Amino acid sequence: MIQANQYLDAKGLACPMPIVKTKKAMNDLEEGHVLEVQATDKGSIADLAAWSSSVGHQYLGTVEEADVLYHYIRKGTNEPEVEKTFEHTIPLDEIQSQEGLILDVREAAEYSFGHIEGAISIPLGELDSRMTELDKEKEVYVICRTGKRSDLAAQLLAKNGFKKVYNVLPGMTEWDGKIEKEI
Amino acid sequence: MTVNKWTAAKVARKVIDQEELFILDVRNTDAFEDWKIEGQNFEYVNIPYFELLDGVDEVLTKIPADKEVLVVCAKEGSSIMVAEMLSEAGREVGYLEGGMRAWSSYLEPIKVADLKNGGELYQFVRLGKGCLSYMIISDGEAAIIDAVRFTDVFLDFAKEKGVDIKHVFDTHLHADHISGGRHIAAETGATYYLPPKDATEVVFPYTPLTERLNVKVGASQINVEALYSPGHTIGSTSFVIDNRFLLTGDILFMDSIGRPDLAGKAEDWVGDLRETLYKRYRELAEDLVVLPAHFMIIDELNEDGTVARRLGDLFKENHGLNIEDEAEFRRTVTDNLPPQPNAHEQIRQINMGKIAPDEDEQTEMEIGPNRCAVR
Repeated sequence: MIQANQYLDAKGLACPMPIVKTKKAMNDLEEGHVLEVQATDKGSIADLAAWSSSVGHQYLGTVEEADVLYHYIRKGTNEPEVEKTFEHTIPLDEIQSQEGLILDVREAAEYSFGHIEGAISIPLGELDSRMTELDKEKEVYVICRTGKRSDLAAQLLAKNGFKKVYNVLPGMTEWDGKIEKEI
Repeated sequence: MTVNKWTAAKVARKVIDQEELFILDVRNTDAFEDWKIEGQNFEYVNIPYFELLDGVDEVLTKIPADKEVLVVCAKEGSSIMVAEMLSEAGREVGYLEGGMRAWSSYLEPIKVADLKNGGELYQFVRLGKGCLSYMIISDGEAAIIDAVRFTDVFLDFAKEKGVDIKHVFDTHLHADHISGGRHIAAETGATYYLPPKDATEVVFPYTPLTERLNVKVGASQINVEALYSPGHTIGSTSFVIDNRFLLTGDILFMDSIGRPDLAGKAEDWVGDLRETLYKRYRELAEDLVVLPAHFMIIDELNEDGTVARRLGDLFKENHGLNIEDEAEFRRTVTDNLPPQPNAHEQIRQINMGKIAPDEDEQTEMEIGPNRCAVR
């Protein structure tokens, strides 16, 4: 089961209604959160993907189960260029040759639709409360989509006594190696 | 302003009469670029409906106020929404009832010729998909060739003409569209013929369509003579009708030739294709009028909407019939082939009777252009 922050039932609705409803639901969603849209109109796959990219949302993917389509869209990913301040960074192409843990801090649904083999998932918003799951003495390579969330996550970990933390740059957008999916 | 509902039949008339029409296609850009309503004097603008949810004010300048405007989408819901918005902005527009789905399934019957003793030959033009089916009528009887899956159109037409359907043929096992042949035969008690070499895996009974099979339609004896012409498939068979018309199936088109790869056997069948086009067809009378099972582009339609040309003219003008060098011919039809038609493998399975998806799934599989040819 893929996790989302909000759910929208658009089952049984014909085009254009799934998109009209999705648009409304996205307005009420928090930036960076994920909406699950349940629909039965097959055309909604291509249309939601195209609409998302045209308005700057991130279309994560669709799974089909028992004739229902489950679409996942993350709000607003045309992220502004924010200066990344965490000083220990590592280029993406070097991480697979390293010992240690790859920590993926994107939303759970983003992780489900494709992550680096062996990476574990703790979304940025949950990191504070779930930090105890991690070993402070080991290397932690923090990754997200573009390096922005992982920058914040790396700072948070360092502040809490993690000694060998690295922000992986640029992030999953540039990853062209093998991916694992959990869908 | 009013919003007018247009039927696919009305749009078909515009295409055939080469009239002007401005189409606002509100499907997503990929769908539009893959496939749209083609008309020689049509103009288009593609703006996906989801970019118009907040209003149409910004696009009004792109839509002419002095032309007939038709809004088109996949099924019709979005085109109604956009048409109503345009209407509120003071424009008179129409929308296509049933959308591209209806367009894909619309057939326009056009008379090709009168045959001897009062017989008639009709071509059913499926404008949205480029498929061509045929009906031969004579003395209260009819034969149908390469029927598409909208069986009611053929059954109703036969009823209107007061004829009994006696023979139903498929020139080959189709990969780009779902055949209606055996369903029409089941409904009417007609004999259904299929080339045995294409039918090794079919799971229903059929009558073998073999070389030199000669069927008479009606008391006036219109001749329907089979001619083995492999290459698109190994069983592909052509027909000579009334010694005047050559039905080529998917072997020879107006401006292109059949592709040998849709059953995954391009290398095996390219030699057969060569033999058919450069030897067997060469032995036929040049005055035969070629009637193919597809057209590729709307320019191939004649003024009356039919797709038909003299065999001798095709020998002169069709590039695929004029590649002297055999190696070059082989390269042309095996390399750089266009993308395969949507869902072609599933469509073959349906035509073999192995799977029977519901109406919606069948519609979905047939969406898009036919892509049976290589130029």
